[in-house]
Amino acid sequence: MIPMSWYLIAAAALFCIGLFGVLSRRNAVGILIGVELMLNAVNINLLTFWHYQIQVNAEPPFNALVFTAIVFIVAAAETAIGLALIINAYRQRSTIVANDLNLLKG
Amino acid sequence: MMMTGTLLWLLPLFPLIAFVLILLFTYKKHALSHTIAIIGAGLAWLVSMVVFYQAVTHSGGPLMTSALNWLPTGETFLRIGVQLDALSAVTLFFVAWTILMIFIYSVGYHNFGAKRGVDDQPGLPPHGALIKDKNGHKHHVPSVEPMYGRFFALISLFAAAMYLLVVSNNLLTLYVGWEIMGLCSYLLIGFWYGKPSARAAAVKAFLTTRVGDVFMLLGLAALYTLSGTLEYQATLANPLMMAQLAATTSPVFGLSWAGLIGLLLFIGVVGKSAQFPLHIWLPDAMEGPTPVSAMIHAATMVSAGVYLAIRFFPLVSAGWEPGMALNPTMTVMAAIGAGTALFAATIAVAQNDIKRVLAYSTISQLGYMIAAIGIGAYTAAVFHLVTHAFFKALLFLGSGSVIHGMEHGVLHTGEHIDPQDMWQMGGLRRKMPATFWTFLAGGLALSGFPLITAGFWSKDEILTGAFGGGQLVIFGVLALAALLTAFYTMRQITLTFLGQPRTRAAEHAHESKPVMTIPLIILSIFAIGAGWAGIPEAFPGLGGLIPNWFGGFVGGMVHFEHHAETHSLVPLLTSLAVSLGGLLLGWLVYRRAGTVDPLERALGPVHTLLKNKYWVDEIYAVLFIRPARWLADVLVSDWIDRRGLDGILHGIARAGLWLGRLVRQGFDVPVVNGAGDGLANGTRSMGALLRRIQTGRVQDYMLLALLLAIVAGVLVIVL
Amino acid sequence: MTPMQITFILIAALTLVSAVMAVTARRMMHAALWLIATLMGVAMIFATLQASFFAVVQVMVYVGAIAILILFAIMLTRRSTLEADQASLGRGWIINALAAVGVFAALVTAVWAWPAADTALTELSRDAEQLAGLGQIIADPNGYAVPFEVSSVLLVAVLVGAIYLAVERKPQHGGRQ
Repeated sequence: MIPMSWYLIAAAALFCIGLFGVLSRRNAVGILIGVELMLNAVNINLLTFWHYQIQVNAEPPFNALVFTAIVFIVAAAETAIGLALIINAYRQRSTIVANDLNLLKG
Repeated sequence: MMMTGTLLWLLPLFPLIAFVLILLFTYKKHALSHTIAIIGAGLAWLVSMVVFYQAVTHSGGPLMTSALNWLPTGETFLRIGVQLDALSAVTLFFVAWTILMIFIYSVGYHNFGAKRGVDDQPGLPPHGALIKDKNGHKHHVPSVEPMYGRFFALISLFAAAMYLLVVSNNLLTLYVGWEIMGLCSYLLIGFWYGKPSARAAAVKAFLTTRVGDVFMLLGLAALYTLSGTLEYQATLANPLMMAQLAATTSPVFGLSWAGLIGLLLFIGVVGKSAQFPLHIWLPDAMEGPTPVSAMIHAATMVSAGVYLAIRFFPLVSAGWEPGMALNPTMTVMAAIGAGTALFAATIAVAQNDIKRVLAYSTISQLGYMIAAIGIGAYTAAVFHLVTHAFFKALLFLGSGSVIHGMEHGVLHTGEHIDPQDMWQMGGLRRKMPATFWTFLAGGLALSGFPLITAGFWSKDEILTGAFGGGQLVIFGVLALAALLTAFYTMRQITLTFLGQPRTRAAEHAHESKPVMTIPLIILSIFAIGAGWAGIPEAFPGLGGLIPNWFGGFVGGMVHFEHHAETHSLVPLLTSLAVSLGGLLLGWLVYRRAGTVDPLERALGPVHTLLKNKYWVDEIYAVLFIRPARWLADVLVSDWIDRRGLDGILHGIARAGLWLGRLVRQGFDVPVVNGAGDGLANGTRSMGALLRRIQTGRVQDYMLLALLLAIVAGVLVIVL
Repeated sequence: MTPMQITFILIAALTLVSAVMAVTARRMMHAALWLIATLMGVAMIFATLQASFFAVVQVMVYVGAIAILILFAIMLTRRSTLEADQASLGRGWIINALAAVGVFAALVTAVWAWPAADTALTELSRDAEQLAGLGQIIADPNGYAVPFEVSSVLLVAVLVGAIYLAVERKPQHGGRQ
């Protein structure tokens, strides 16, 4: 009933919001929040196409499900590591403002 | 008996070897130096006597030559060689004697054996040493010359050059000897090179004779060009050649070639024998030691000039016979000779330095000889040359002895007087008898004292020649000069030897050592006796008693001297009058002279003129020296060299620098540096610009990546 | 407009608004909470897609673990964000917004360019999900067993890494700090 394009556009909007957050947030954790949003948007997309596939083909596409599961796993892993890094950086430099973590400045 | 040719070659060699040996080995050793020098001169003397004897006894005309090929000139060779004829034989005679005497004299003059003075420097005359005698008194005595060896080396070279000149058979080696003598006179006049006056005098002598030598060289070149050879036999003694040269006209003044070449060679003689206008160097040459003055001004150098003039007499007299009017060159010679004789004699009257009087006297006597050649009195000129050499050498050495005595007196008394000033002398007759008598002999010879002095005979012959040849003006001038000669000679003798000593130094003078007085005595023998070899046959009384050997011997050199001249009494009486009269006048005026010259008051301003030598030196300074100096200092050195050439050089340098700067600033810095720096700066600014991308902030990198991804995506979709 | 569509619009609006708030909140705690709201919204979207398993997994993993983790991290890094007045967004955030808008425009264009995008998603049959099949296929060596194992290795690595990074190092003896 709901056109697929709605889902896709919603996912796209979510993705872009997350992108905006990644690019603009000062706080490092805020950046990670943006990343999470992006990953969720990806998941929405994946599941939308999974549903579509079932609808169009008779054969259920298990690869979509597996892909989604993997995205989940990877998101979790990346969040864990990212936060560990942020905490470490915070310990070293007492700041997690992304702008201040600019040792790579050329 | 060795071949004469070989002996002649050896003559210049002995003193030359002595020169080399002294220079290289015995410079510092006094005894060895003078021994070698005297041996050289002695050997030369010995050989000269042998050769002279051979020449005299040689029958059929005295002529021996020996030549060898020297310079290859195209097809033929330029030959040089030696020659012995009557003229060179008699010249060798007096040259050998005078040189040997001077060498021996020099040993004593330079105080051989004396102590070296404590202040004596090489380059300055020695001024005495302090010795203690047995009572403990300190005496100032003359000290030995510090440059003893150098002196003997140089006079040996001088002697070698003179011998070379006399024995050569061609004008080229004569010129070589001539120039070497010029060099030696420079070195010897400037012997005491520490004295600025000596240095100046040496340069003056060299440059003045150089002026004459340039013209002489022109004459030699002309002769060589026209005749193809310079040998005497082929040119000067060749009547055909002489006639031809006399016939062709040269482009200069319309003279014949013979006359022109003769004139050019004569200018060389004017320089070397110190005739007017090139006489200025000779009085200044008194700066050298007295043996040098004797050698240069009596025995060798000035005699060389007259010798040359006598040699080229056939050239100037080509086409002339006795009784004819003189041709232009001969007129010039006679005029200059006679004029100089009178001119110098007048100056000598007002001179106070004993050597200067003799210097001007030499100039005057040389004028006599040249005048004699000019009027064609060949034998007379040669005769006077020979006798003059003897008595002038005697007089110079005698004056050296006087100066030595005076210096001893000066050292003894400590007076500060000039030992050469005649007005400080007086009464030396008693203190220095040997010197006095020999000087008197020489002085009388110079004055032409009748009969017993050689000078009388030679001078008389010149006057006779002048009168007999109809040259009455010349005769008159020469007679007047003879009067003045006698006058100033007696003046000199009176002031120096007669009367009372005028200063304490003169009182304390004493006679010189035998090594100095014996040469004086020997020379005085010649001064007295040499004249008797040439008594003309036509002389009243004595003529014919002693055969006129000289006239016959030397007269064979020219073709027209064989007839005996008639001897009028006028010249004889004139010469008696002038010589005796002059001597008497001189004695009368000066025998009671105190410290002031009576002539000074008598002549008034004329005396000042004479004393200042007619200001010839000053005139030359203004006319020639100052312009030459200006030319050198201002024109060439400053304007041309410093401003012009250096200006051009600096200009080139500046142009180069400007160009360099131009290239540098116009091209190098902006373009090359600019390119390089620009590249670097551009890269840096580019980098600085791009560095802003590297903010170190991750979010900026992400944004950038996103933007570029968008762009790429758009491109992909569009294309 | 069917009820399903209205429901979907509401859920999508909730999610997107929460997402915007999460991204722009000034205080990080608020941002984390808004994130939780967003994640819940996403779970609801999963449910409308009839991917019920993943809806639950979403809640359990994302909200239950990841959001909590983020909360802990915020709490541990408090000091530097003590700032009500400090901006939450960095300088030049407009450009970032524009970029995001651009990306959105590009995506939307891509979607609308695909003709099949408008197909309506109908309700599926109950056994369409086939969870058992999923389970089988991730254990099947011919299936997706390898990615499954690899992802577990990944998790182990992350675990070890995170512990290593987060452990506070004690100062050694001798005082070498």
